[in-house]
Amino acid sequence: MTLDAGLVGRSYPPSVVYEVGREKIAEFAAALGDPDPVYRDPEAARAAGHPDVIAPPTFAIVLSLGAGNVVLEDPDVAIDYSRVVHGEQKFVHHRPVRAGDRLVATASIEAVRTVAGNDMLTTRVDLTTEDGEAVCRTSSMLVARGTAAEGSA
Amino acid sequence: MAAVVGFADVEVGTELPGQTSTVTRADLVRYAGASGDFNVIHWNERVATEVGLPGVIAHGMLTAGLAARAVTAWAGDPGALVEYSVRFSRPVVVPDDGTGAEVVVAGRVAALLDGDRVRVDLTVTSGGEKVLSLARAVVQL
Repeated sequence: MTLDAGLVGRSYPPSVVYEVGREKIAEFAAALGDPDPVYRDPEAARAAGHPDVIAPPTFAIVLSLGAGNVVLEDPDVAIDYSRVVHGEQKFVHHRPVRAGDRLVATASIEAVRTVAGNDMLTTRVDLTTEDGEAVCRTSSMLVARGTAAEGSA
Repeated sequence: MAAVVGFADVEVGTELPGQTSTVTRADLVRYAGASGDFNVIHWNERVATEVGLPGVIAHGMLTAGLAARAVTAWAGDPGALVEYSVRFSRPVVVPDDGTGAEVVVAGRVAALLDGDRVRVDLTVTSGGEKVLSLARAVVQL
């Protein structure tokens, strides 16, 4: 299941629009045990200068995971999902994701590597509003652990 | 949209308040639902051990999210965190024992950047072992 270096640069069609809801943001903040009111209270968010409640900085993973599945479902990307662990993750925020955003996620393959029997796949996801405003770029490196390898993250 | 901490208030070496969180199996279920990451290794001991893991492990992004919380709580505005990157160096094993695992986060300002930004380097451990490496945040002050 070695990944073909020719996959680098392959991009996938944009996702359907994801509408960011206040409840989903509050649910995500609760899962992180984060009590910050800017994730729940529109008034507190506006007092901090945001138009509506904003999402925690790692919330973008919700969209990038969904968009990244397009890559894992690509028949040319032969990866056993049960053997996949997350190796690295990066977020670059142009502005915070916020309630009411209508976002489109576009995935592309940034890098593939094979090290010590482990396939490593780096997927980039660009999040923009449906009007094209750049909001966030994520980069996710997944490791498909080979049979010989011992566990790492 | 402004951090509470000012650029003039910090220097290289400024330490962030430490943070300790407990992660239980229930927290993994909650995070799975909130994030949409239902990978079985985060809830099924049988499958986790079958694929060679020591047991059920926390979602890397749960650990990373907890670590980011230490930065946003310090900055005073989560919108101030403009870049964030982590490498998952070791899994956080979450036992089914009613106690769970501890995730300990420490951070310090590692560099002053242009445009009133700073780079914060985080040290994130569980059971005394580093679980994230190269955990870095760029914060707009």
